[in-house]
Amino acid sequence: MSIIKLLDDFTSEKLTTKSTSRREMFNTLSSFGKKAAMAAIPFGLATNKANAAAYFQENSPVDALQLALTLEYLEAEFYIMALESGVLEGGSREETAFMQISKHESAHVDFLVAGLTNAGATPVDKPTFDFTANGAFDPFNENGIGQETAMAQLLALAQAFEDTGVRAYKGQAANLMGTPFLEPALQIHSVEARHASEVRRIRGLKGWITGSMRGDGMPEATQAVYDGEENVTQGGVDLTGLTYENDIVGNVSDAVSEAFDEPLSGETAAAIAGLFIVNEDDN
Amino acid sequence: MKKPLVKVDVIEASSKNSKMKSRRKFIKLGGLGLAGSSFLMYSCSEDDLFDPGGDVGVPDPEPDPDPEPEPDPVFDLGSGDVGILNYAYALEQLEAEFYTRVREGAYYSGAPAVEQELMDDLYNHEVIHRDFFKAAITAAAGEENTLPDLEFDFSSVDFDSRDSVLATAMALEDTGVGAYNGAGDRIADETYLVLAGKIVSVEARHASAIRSLINPNSADFAGDDIIDENGLDLAYDPSEVFDIAGGFITTEFTANNLPEPMTGS
Repeated sequence: MSIIKLLDDFTSEKLTTKSTSRREMFNTLSSFGKKAAMAAIPFGLATNKANAAAYFQENSPVDALQLALTLEYLEAEFYIMALESGVLEGGSREETAFMQISKHESAHVDFLVAGLTNAGATPVDKPTFDFTANGAFDPFNENGIGQETAMAQLLALAQAFEDTGVRAYKGQAANLMGTPFLEPALQIHSVEARHASEVRRIRGLKGWITGSMRGDGMPEATQAVYDGEENVTQGGVDLTGLTYENDIVGNVSDAVSEAFDEPLSGETAAAIAGLFIVNEDDN
Repeated sequence: MKKPLVKVDVIEASSKNSKMKSRRKFIKLGGLGLAGSSFLMYSCSEDDLFDPGGDVGVPDPEPDPDPEPEPDPVFDLGSGDVGILNYAYALEQLEAEFYTRVREGAYYSGAPAVEQELMDDLYNHEVIHRDFFKAAITAAAGEENTLPDLEFDFSSVDFDSRDSVLATAMALEDTGVGAYNGAGDRIADETYLVLAGKIVSVEARHASAIRSLINPNSADFAGDDIIDENGLDLAYDPSEVFDIAGGFITTEFTANNLPEPMTGS
């Protein structure tokens, strides 16, 4: 299954496989706890139940994992190619970070492939990637853009991929509720956040996202990764209007937006990844 | 400002004996109870305030007029999602207080601007998390079910020392990441799961930043000491979190009704 097909599934599954309820899907996955004790407490916070219910029917845990795997394929291949490209100076901070990140992304691929297989699902195939995004970038200096520019693009793409990963996993967490994959997915999610933080610092930014700013030197094409991060309303409460017991340093709106990372929908995450995926059908 | 940590009127109305008994019972039964030094402080302040010079063991001369069973004066985090929210709130209180004190210490005042700015940001984020939880839990479950303001003991931290501050910050941030990761599968409502997700990744960004500061140009930002061979980050049970963080918390509370993981993972 290609990413394009996966993306289709995200939008059309509700129409075609409405009968696959969450419960049925659970039965196909391994080792579920017996406790369906979903004793939801009636809270005052905005829960948006109607939307949640629709979203559940539309996206199965397996699709959530397939999307995650696709993103991990992308990251894993990107870092392997980056380390082989010679763009990173041996022993540099950049190379040290990329080696550690590469190790994790490759492990995530293996982990998700094994998890999906054990659950009786067929993992998506690794797509064919084009990290030039159809010639827009030359991160591995394959087309002679020069070492320095290639390095800048390499780091910019790494930042975009990591920040996307954080948001994409967060967006899929609800689809994994009640499955044994939720906890490992959260454990991957926070690793992506550690990576993102370091790559951002290497690029001279803070480790967290202020407003919806992609940050200095990030190509405009990456703005989709940051749109929505400016949100300051959590649980129905505008946190810029809250009275804080200790004074916030600087701009409250900036600080609030930094304090919470925002999820990305499966569609948006797949669309971002899609920029770097060769659509075999077109060739 | 010091706020009453527990409902003092309840304590005052009860006899000293039954009070002691219930506390012993708590220490015995409270699997996740935070005792230790907190027990001492708790009982001290209580005696000083409400029974100066009172003899332990002498029956209360005035019988309890209230026939109802004595309510437990020790706050329990609660069950279900409220319990998890209070659990997170306790950790955010700890982190917010820590960075508040960092910014009052000599390390901070003498630190390079870039490190001061980092501490300002972490302080901001944790204060926002803390006060968000307070508002959210209070709105959702009522003040009586919201964890009171906790008191802390940071005597093990030297706020004049960069090493001490950064080592503590790292422990707190890593613990926060592990706590949220381990709590996700215990959350019933997806809104709260996503909220926890919005916060945990910021904690992970913090942890990475602190680790980078301690050991620049290294792989420690996501080091092999915390990330396993599958590339998975920490995930702690509440008992593990209290083992690490409990030493800083002096206010006694219990966590006897927190939900179990949904999938047993």
